[in-house]
Amino acid sequence: MEKILEIKNLYKTYHTKKCEIEALNNINFKLYEGDFVGIVGPSGCGKSTLLSILGNLENITKGEVIKKDNLKVGYMLQDDCLFPWLTIYENCLLGLKINKICNKENIENVKKLLDTYGLHDFINNYPNDLSGGMRQRVALIRTLAIKPDVLLLDEPFSALDYQTRLSVSKDVLNIIKNENKTLIIVTHDISEAISMCNKIIVLSKRPSTIKNIYNIDYKEDNKNPIKNRSSKVFMEYYEKIWEDLNNEE
Amino acid sequence: MKSEEYKKFLKKIKRDNILVFITQILIVVIFFIVWQILADKEIINTFLVSSPIKVFNTIIDLIRENNFWNHILATLYEIIISFIIGNLVGLLVASLLWWNKFLSRVFEPFLTILNSLPKVALGPLIIVWVGANTKSIILMALLISTIISVINIHNAFKTTDENKIKIVKTMGGNKFQIFTKVVFPSNILPIIESFKINVSMCFVGVIMGELLVSKEGIGYLIMYGSQVFNMNLVITGVILLVILTILLYYLVYYIEKISKK
Repeated sequence: MEKILEIKNLYKTYHTKKCEIEALNNINFKLYEGDFVGIVGPSGCGKSTLLSILGNLENITKGEVIKKDNLKVGYMLQDDCLFPWLTIYENCLLGLKINKICNKENIENVKKLLDTYGLHDFINNYPNDLSGGMRQRVALIRTLAIKPDVLLLDEPFSALDYQTRLSVSKDVLNIIKNENKTLIIVTHDISEAISMCNKIIVLSKRPSTIKNIYNIDYKEDNKNPIKNRSSKVFMEYYEKIWEDLNNEE
Repeated sequence: MKSEEYKKFLKKIKRDNILVFITQILIVVIFFIVWQILADKEIINTFLVSSPIKVFNTIIDLIRENNFWNHILATLYEIIISFIIGNLVGLLVASLLWWNKFLSRVFEPFLTILNSLPKVALGPLIIVWVGANTKSIILMALLISTIISVINIHNAFKTTDENKIKIVKTMGGNKFQIFTKVVFPSNILPIIESFKINVSMCFVGVIMGELLVSKEGIGYLIMYGSQVFNMNLVITGVILLVILTILLYYLVYYIEKISKK
């Protein structure tokens, strides 16, 4: 697999009026094409900061992020952030319009995505007509519209109730796998990370360093995060990561 | 299919609405009738408080002899001009302040002070500087309406959902796109709300200006009436104002309704 992104000796410090906050302390890792990386860690540890840096939302204090040429990233937040004044269809075209690449091919692609993932009947509805799970799927398609190579998901399912959360995480995982994307997901939910990813990065408390990186191998096809939860591998890693995080206290 | 209970429920809501409306109309009608009866029985002094029939006659007189429509149009014209300019300037300045944080920090205290300053106090100054004409009336209305609309719209812009802005940023949107794609459209309702407030603000400003300087307009009628102690004219002027307010209110109300769709 081709390496598409590398983080080298990354430091990030925030400045506020009262103090300096060291958020990230010497982070190193490599991302390969097709990776599904989960980042877990205690709350407030800088998980989201790391993601913001990869998404070009924040500057680096020290170190470097080496990206493959023309690497495009797509970003998805906990709040689906659909614009209530636009229809589902218009919401999905947002990225294309902003990048001025609203050509026929890209529009067809968006339409195909909406058809494939069961939203065809809703393209002229407004976001408020849709359920939380559907809205999250729309948010994903909006992100996929600009054809990103890497998807960055920041606690994408935290706002959903448990039931919806499981089924949406399965939907989203399948969509991302079908479209052959690379994924980085930040979550505070260990089980969510293990069930969806093949690599888990455990961050320590602030200033965050990488505590452990686990490669998770379900041996078989792991397209179904719900099924994954009942496998032996899942339990094994759950315990290890739980311990990592608990030793922090 | 609607069930019987649901139909009943809807019917009840409709009936309640009609009842409220009828009661409101009745209150107005009874008010005028009582007023007229009290005047006829000479319980109240019509020289001071006039009567509905006298008001009606005054309006007829105005229409026949005294350029009624000119007065109405003069006031309307001043309101509309100051409404349009006030909103445009308000929107523009608010956008500018959103765009440049430095500017907004510099000017925020000035705006707050200007906003709490009673603008009537500036009336004499405006008359001296601009002259006793329509311009100073419009300027008066602008002073009253623009500052509050700048403050309101800017506040709305400032509280735009950060996450929505973040989404546009991650898609590579620049500041102009953040404004046109998120900040402006997500604040359409607050902007219309500010337009609504502006209607009444312009109204206040225009009438205040007319009371001070004008040669025509409803404010002028009221002022003139009080100077020659013609209370019929004063009260007619006030009633004309009420009617105009109702019309303008519904105009904005319908614009709001259309834009909400």
